[in-house]
Amino acid sequence: MKKRERYLIVLMTLAAILTAAISTLCGPTGILLCGRDFFAWSPLLELRVLRTATGFFVGAALAVAGCVLQTILRNPLAEPYILGVSSGASVGAAVVMAAGLSISHPFLLPLGSFGTALLAVLLILGIARGAGGLDIPQNLILTGIVTGSILSSLLMLVITFSRTYTIRSLTWWLLGNLQCVSWQLLILCAAPIVLGIIYLIIESRTLNALLLGAENAHGLGVNTRTGIPLLICAATLITACAVALSGIIGFAGLIVPHILRHRVGANHRSLLPMSALGGGIFLMVCDTLGRTLLPPHEIPVGVITALTGGPFFLYLLKPRRHCRK
Amino acid sequence: MIELRNINAAYSEKQVLKSVSLRINQGDITALTGANGAGKTTLLKVISGVMRCDGDVFINGSPLHLMSGYERAGIMSVVPQNIPSDIPLDGYDFVMLGRTHRLRRFAQPQREDHEAVREAMASTSTLELGDRFMHEMSGGERQRLALAMAFAAHPRIILLDEATAHLDLHHRAGIMRLLREMNREKNVTVIMAVHDLTLAGRYFDRLIMLKEGTVISDGTPGEVLREDILNNAYGCPVRVVHLPDGLGAAIIPLENKPACETIEPLLS
Repeated sequence: MKKRERYLIVLMTLAAILTAAISTLCGPTGILLCGRDFFAWSPLLELRVLRTATGFFVGAALAVAGCVLQTILRNPLAEPYILGVSSGASVGAAVVMAAGLSISHPFLLPLGSFGTALLAVLLILGIARGAGGLDIPQNLILTGIVTGSILSSLLMLVITFSRTYTIRSLTWWLLGNLQCVSWQLLILCAAPIVLGIIYLIIESRTLNALLLGAENAHGLGVNTRTGIPLLICAATLITACAVALSGIIGFAGLIVPHILRHRVGANHRSLLPMSALGGGIFLMVCDTLGRTLLPPHEIPVGVITALTGGPFFLYLLKPRRHCRK
Repeated sequence: MIELRNINAAYSEKQVLKSVSLRINQGDITALTGANGAGKTTLLKVISGVMRCDGDVFINGSPLHLMSGYERAGIMSVVPQNIPSDIPLDGYDFVMLGRTHRLRRFAQPQREDHEAVREAMASTSTLELGDRFMHEMSGGERQRLALAMAFAAHPRIILLDEATAHLDLHHRAGIMRLLREMNREKNVTVIMAVHDLTLAGRYFDRLIMLKEGTVISDGTPGEVLREDILNNAYGCPVRVVHLPDGLGAAIIPLENKPACETIEPLLS
């Protein structure tokens, strides 16, 4: 890791702490703490801390997953939401919620989410490979979008058969909502996210080699036959846990790694920690904006990320059109 | 030493290598030649372990399929035909990838790794490319860095797939000289898929001519670069003009009669 990269990681860590503090203190009711009870622990403060922590872990997970998928698939547009992984994860989580098991057995939420996300990934990669190979970026993206749409329909089916009071919470969750229900659920989802990110950072040597494509990475000694599936599994796991926590939040995994890769290069030893910090900061900022822009109304964080990420996605598509001409 | 026994390889249903058996000794500098689709790249993929095949491949007496990836990469370096142009790494980090098999998980590169990278970059005249991103470079510059990446691994065997294709005459000669030096001084085995037969005749001690997945000729440049063998391999008439002072031979397609008529009187 070069000096500049180390310096940036320290800087981003400080920025994340500062953003977390601002995000905790700011809300629709204005600045939360002032006066003599500055450090007093209140239920509202607890909710804010829970929400900020959820935002950080979800943002970190989505950005790291996006970064890893972009490297493995050698596709700058790859991202859990666009590839349909998030939709896959949401089906499992929605089934657990609709069955009313999310409160009594919270561990089933990330587990169900991971199961269906993994099935979705296998389906998407299988179809894309059969339809002409993973090397064609548009091929994979189109497969992801179509599979994501089919899975979204399945999700609607789950909602249709849900009880009335579940429908409201499911819909709110689907819009992308960082209001985590309990510390227990946060810990159950954040633990696999942290472990998954640590595993991926440890495997940065493999990810660096995969920048050259699977065949050239094999020449460098990387065991691509087992290495790539394990990396995809880890990226799917952290995506699934993020979805279980916060529903579908699009584009967070696209913007952050893309900007960082072009600013600081793609050495994953530094890119992955920076993506985790950057993703966390990005989502905490989006959530703070969502809570404070139109008080007393709250804009779901998924809406804010889509409003910023959608145009960015189109911007990434633009030079490709020029190249083709 | 590399030994191939009865190798058969196929893409889907298309048989690309048919019963190929070869032995390449340590320290040989060998060119694989033949028309497009003859099986040169596939043979390199089989030797490097990228492509699974029927038959046995032995590296220094050990079966290739029993070697771990990092063990294999410690012996063999592969210089691919095409380096992706959009790699967001600077030149130095790119060459460091050649040390992948020596780096421990998440360990910082050690002093010996940095020394190996700098030495490889100096030998390929790429030190000035260290701070530039790969996507800002020309195809030739990327190709030279790919060679530096292979050299940085300190391999016993180097496999090159058309590795000088994107290089100008000056850099092509420089790289070939470097490969010969490594071969002579460090006894490194060099195996390269080559289209340019004049280059093959000039720099390689052994040529293996492939046609439709089988070896049709194997020997010194003088033994392989014969008009009848080349006519058979490429399906077009050629003239082999032997150059003086040990410069090898110039291979000229007979469609280019004016060139033959101009060169031959000068040589006689």
